[in-house]
Amino acid sequence: MASIKIRAKAKDGVTTVKTLMSHPMETGLRKDKKTGKKIPAHHITEVTAEHKGNVIMTANWGGAISKNPYLSFKFKGGASGDKIKISWVDNKGESDSQEAAIK
Amino acid sequence: MNLLRRKFLKTATYIGATATAISTGVLLPQRVLGAYNAEAFAAKDVSGAISGSLGSDQYTASDAIKLKAPDIAENGAVVPVTVSSSMSNVEAISIVASANASPLTSSYQLSPACEAFVSTRIKMGKTADVIAVIKADGKLYSATKEVKVTIGGCGG
Repeated sequence: MASIKIRAKAKDGVTTVKTLMSHPMETGLRKDKKTGKKIPAHHITEVTAEHKGNVIMTANWGGAISKNPYLSFKFKGGASGDKIKISWVDNKGESDSQEAAIK
Repeated sequence: MNLLRRKFLKTATYIGATATAISTGVLLPQRVLGAYNAEAFAAKDVSGAISGSLGSDQYTASDAIKLKAPDIAENGAVVPVTVSSSMSNVEAISIVASANASPLTSSYQLSPACEAFVSTRIKMGKTADVIAVIKADGKLYSATKEVKVTIGGCGG
């Protein structure tokens, strides 16, 4: 589905990971202008980051994270060439994941 | 191939794959790391949001937390927030927007490999305090910043 872009860079033993995901992130509070009905909540609920098979970070998100969410975090111990994997699951059960190499 | 041998190999592979999956944490029971905390997100007040996501609503302000957010957010739908800290043994970080219908915007569980640093963009319904709460060594510490919002971020 390619909804996740990842940029990971290692410097001085710390890897900074930046990711951008494509997702509507509907809060469930917005009303459809034409019908007047509330657009149902549809947002990523959990993002998992894995490095060498270990989950290094889990993010729990509500609808208050902006549309097409951006997330950045840092961790120690990543080396250039290592793979990092980012996966997300949303409240409708949809999911996606992507791997990238640390630069 | 002998049918029995084939079946045995198939079962063995299944068991092996599941065991590997469990050991690498793919099949972790939901409650362990990062279980989706629906109650915390449903909490209508700051205290409920923090205790739901971090286990307690007792927190103290700390200078060791740097909370970067704009003084005025032109667009409440996209407010960049960065939380960083020099603290050690940080287990989790929660970001709360005090005037949102559901104040908890997000919560992050960090493994020991992670630095205390998280950056994202949140929606804010109106001018409010953004509170970053960090759980380190079992205790909660916070930093607060008021962000003025000119256009609300939830579609009004």
